[in-house]
Amino acid sequence: MELLAFGKTGWGDELFIATLMTVAVSITAMFIGFLFALLFTPLKLSKNKFLNFIGNSYTTVIRGVPELLVIYLFFFGGSGAVMYVASIFGYNEYIEINAFITGSFAIGIISGAYSTEVFRGAIKSIDKGQFEASQVLGLKRFVYFFRVIMPQMLRLAIPNLSNVWQITLKDTSLISVTGLVEIMRQSYIAAGSTRDPLFFYSFAAVLYLLLTFLSMKLINRLEIKYSRGF
Amino acid sequence: MDINLMITSLPKLLDAAVVTIKLLSVSLFFGLFIGLLFAILRLSKNKIINKFAYGYSYVFRGTPLLVQIFIIYFGLGQIEYFRSTFLWVVFKEPYWCAIIAFALNTGAYTSEILRSAFQTIKPGFIEAGKSLGISSKIIFYKIQIPIAIRQSLPAYGNEIILMMKGTSLASTVTLMDLTGVAKYIISTTFKPIEVFIVAGGIYLFMTFIIHNIIKFLEKKYGYSQ
Repeated sequence: MELLAFGKTGWGDELFIATLMTVAVSITAMFIGFLFALLFTPLKLSKNKFLNFIGNSYTTVIRGVPELLVIYLFFFGGSGAVMYVASIFGYNEYIEINAFITGSFAIGIISGAYSTEVFRGAIKSIDKGQFEASQVLGLKRFVYFFRVIMPQMLRLAIPNLSNVWQITLKDTSLISVTGLVEIMRQSYIAAGSTRDPLFFYSFAAVLYLLLTFLSMKLINRLEIKYSRGF
Repeated sequence: MDINLMITSLPKLLDAAVVTIKLLSVSLFFGLFIGLLFAILRLSKNKIINKFAYGYSYVFRGTPLLVQIFIIYFGLGQIEYFRSTFLWVVFKEPYWCAIIAFALNTGAYTSEILRSAFQTIKPGFIEAGKSLGISSKIIFYKIQIPIAIRQSLPAYGNEIILMMKGTSLASTVTLMDLTGVAKYIISTTFKPIEVFIVAGGIYLFMTFIIHNIIKFLEKKYGYSQ
């Protein structure tokens, strides 16, 4: 137990901060994923063949390629790409991107592919009459999307989004390879310096279980809230 | 774009893809047995057995695969007693540690898939078997299992693809699978995009083949929604 003490002697405070880091990366990645999903869901639903192709390629490629490979692409290629863009604008200094940003971006793109599929499924299962009714009522596109489609879509999407959240949360363990100090990386450091890998990796597993358990509880509440009246 | 690098790295990556396929097929083979065993335990009426099976699938589905590999590869070797048993022959090899972790992980997901498949079997099928005087053992092997396999094919196909992606974690315990070799080439040439396109293309090709095999099996076993 003294291994987990807070302060200089134990690893308690380090692991606590690392847990917060995991949560922060997961939330950021989930949010970035939503942005990608907002962009790609309309493309996947579009009747234009070219736009449709772009939307489909995004979800197919990301869901067919290992997460670790995507993370390596961003880890090794991220700063190169940013420096290339910066050089167009005449900035030629070396730019190093923060591991947090690379990590949450890589995981965000992966999570976005799953969210896109969820949103697409949810929108497709909304009754066609709802679209027609809002057109008949002359609602503006903006109003009808946010006031009519969105609330119904969320009700259908939340159970599946909770799966996406679980996947995203577990995927963040992979960005430990880039050196970002989250649960996995911190356990690796602690295991290395105390020579007690069994304890620290098991404790990391407990922390992840705790996070998934707590988030399930929270999501269940949301589900109840959004299924009012059903 | 360095087309030359893409061409020269292709054979190396294809060799590594063989390692990935080996890892995948061996762990799926063991995982299927583990999954079937735990699905049967889950359906047991004994509460302790039931809770045990549920706990297994909850823990393995609730923690990242990376943690599971690290516990098995780095963690278990720490126990002195464990190192003296014959099991150590297996657990000192990263290859077998990765396979054990993958098999246990996919076993947990497979058990959930099979359990829900068993539960959706219409009671009428079992009752029909009973009224024909077929023993419950034969009902299980000849009626319940074939229907459960047919029901669970689409979900199991997804699980195979997820597991194929999961095998990339073998590279974290020094195995040179497709992702491991890709990372090695990236870190020596600093050409991430080219290597990603080739390695990603191989992964996508494997996904495509798995997808089509499952589709073929679904047709063959008459899965219809």
